[in-house]
Amino acid sequence: MAHAEHVTAAPAILQEVKPADVPRAELVEHNRSFTWITDKICGIIEDKTPAWWWVCFSVACLVACFTVGGIAYVVATGVGVWGHRSPVNWGWPIVNFVFWIGIGHAGTLISAILCILRQKWRTSINRSAEAMTIFAVVCAGIFPVFHVGRVWYAWYLFPLPNSNVIWQNFRSPLEWDVFAVSTYGTVSVLFWYVGMIPDLAVLRDRFYASGNRIRSFLYGLFAMGWRGSSRHWSNYEMAYMILAGVATPLVLSVHTIVSFDFAVSLIPGWHTTIFPPYFVAGAIFSGFGMVLTLLLPLRAIYKLEDLVTQYHIDCMCKITLATGTMVGYAYAMEFFIAWYGANPYEGFTFINRAFGPYAWAYWIMISCNVITPQFFWFKSVRNNTTFVWVLSLFVNLGMWFERFVIICTSLTRDFLPSSWGVLSPTVVDIFTFFGTFGVFSVLFLLFVRFLPLMAMAEIKAVTPQADPHAGHNILTDRAAAAGKH
Amino acid sequence: MAAQIYGLIATFETVPDVYHAAQKVRDAGYRNWDCISPTPIHGMDGAMGLKRSIVPRISLAGGITGFCTGMLLIWYADAFTYPLVVGGKPYFSPMFAFPVSYELTILFTAFATIGGMFLVNRLPMHYHPVLKYDKIPRGMSDTFFIVIETRDPRFNAANTKALLEQVGGKDIKELEA
Repeated sequence: MAHAEHVTAAPAILQEVKPADVPRAELVEHNRSFTWITDKICGIIEDKTPAWWWVCFSVACLVACFTVGGIAYVVATGVGVWGHRSPVNWGWPIVNFVFWIGIGHAGTLISAILCILRQKWRTSINRSAEAMTIFAVVCAGIFPVFHVGRVWYAWYLFPLPNSNVIWQNFRSPLEWDVFAVSTYGTVSVLFWYVGMIPDLAVLRDRFYASGNRIRSFLYGLFAMGWRGSSRHWSNYEMAYMILAGVATPLVLSVHTIVSFDFAVSLIPGWHTTIFPPYFVAGAIFSGFGMVLTLLLPLRAIYKLEDLVTQYHIDCMCKITLATGTMVGYAYAMEFFIAWYGANPYEGFTFINRAFGPYAWAYWIMISCNVITPQFFWFKSVRNNTTFVWVLSLFVNLGMWFERFVIICTSLTRDFLPSSWGVLSPTVVDIFTFFGTFGVFSVLFLLFVRFLPLMAMAEIKAVTPQADPHAGHNILTDRAAAAGKH
Repeated sequence: MAAQIYGLIATFETVPDVYHAAQKVRDAGYRNWDCISPTPIHGMDGAMGLKRSIVPRISLAGGITGFCTGMLLIWYADAFTYPLVVGGKPYFSPMFAFPVSYELTILFTAFATIGGMFLVNRLPMHYHPVLKYDKIPRGMSDTFFIVIETRDPRFNAANTKALLEQVGGKDIKELEA
């Protein structure tokens, strides 16, 4: 009985202990109201198109023409106009494919993984990061589709019945990749759209109130008649959580399968078990680099400092630092295993990477991916938005070079010296890749102009006003109640 | 002839107001009623006495279908209609069929979840009495409403209005059906 008494009676010390008041960073600064949040985010769409938008949009369209032109030329002549030839049969297009698909991963990480980990700071940045994901997948998809050579046969990648009874080889990681990337693109679009439904309803009603019936109709069409019903929210939140739950293994599997494209082969430098985690860390690293590159200018232009606070930037910098360090660890471990594994081909490949003809690319990669993020250890660096933005550009650059190094150094120097070669890109390669930045920017600018840049409903849900217990802390309330007795 | 009445709508200014009002409406025994809010309110399911959403069951069914589709598709293509030896490997093995089946599990789960959510919520529903209310744009932005429908067995114009006033509802209006 003494034991039971011990359990029921609160220990005396609890009366003396005051719960520590650990302040949490505010996710919306200056205690902004729901009205302010709605007006701020809808204002971006409702205001007159700013001059900078037209300038950027025109430049982006012009740059996108390089991809259109490059692709048209490839289709008209054949993939021979690209620079890859034996022994490097995967040249720039596959580098670019892996680069863009990796960029997308931060969007899904922010929207899905941070959602199930209850990281509330994701709410201000998830919408734009998801948009980035989708547009990056669009850019990525261009390369493998045209790399097949005869693009009009690209549908052979999918198991569609045809008169020759030709089926895909499902033993090949390349076929797994078709499913991984197309699932990834589809689920990203679904997730993005479902998250947007309540915000589209806001726009529908605002445009209706301001008399713009055409835009009200269009937003309304996609808002599905959303009316903010709590019975709907209940199912909606459940659905959103499940989508986050399935998107999490999805994002991890996509880059794992992309890395299988390499790891399942026998090429020295590719045939390693470290590839899946190393690729996933690299993808998230590059994706956060791109999120910072896009979001910091938008924050400055639209004066969104109250919504994308210094705390948000800190969090993103820290994830970049963590994943960048993981990537650095993977580089070191690859070298160690090349020596420890005692395989002469593997050993040669890594010495060749660091000191061979492509050493310049290797050291660019190391400087950008391993050294650059180390600046984020310092608070003064994370507080300097301009410097963070410049560093994010280096992250993007470094991650392109990582894929270039992996593909190029392994393929140019494989087992037989008689089959060694070099890879030099043609102008078509360079133009096509350059143009994808235009394609990406065109899509992203259209998104900024016509769709809600931030998830209003979700931001409102993390403000203090959305707390049904009006800021009462259970611990302090309990302590106060105990004091009264 | 007077227009048919869909229900009564009351306005609330803050989340705690609507949350506590919802608890009282629940305790008064109403069943056909709803809250309108611009953002999901934490704990509202409990305050309204809602059951757990059935969306996860639909998701599970979608996921199982996806996995089986993947396995069947690969068996059908590589081992049944056109068996072809590739690298001396078996025609079918769940090992190499796994990545594709895994991706299809996720794809089908996502579609089932979203389809299920729309189905359970009966969306799209572009016409609804609540959407005709002239203050609804504020309900999408910064205000909260409670709607009690006339078809509720306990609905009684005078008593229901009194209840809504008592729980702190302002600006109580009739909604046309």
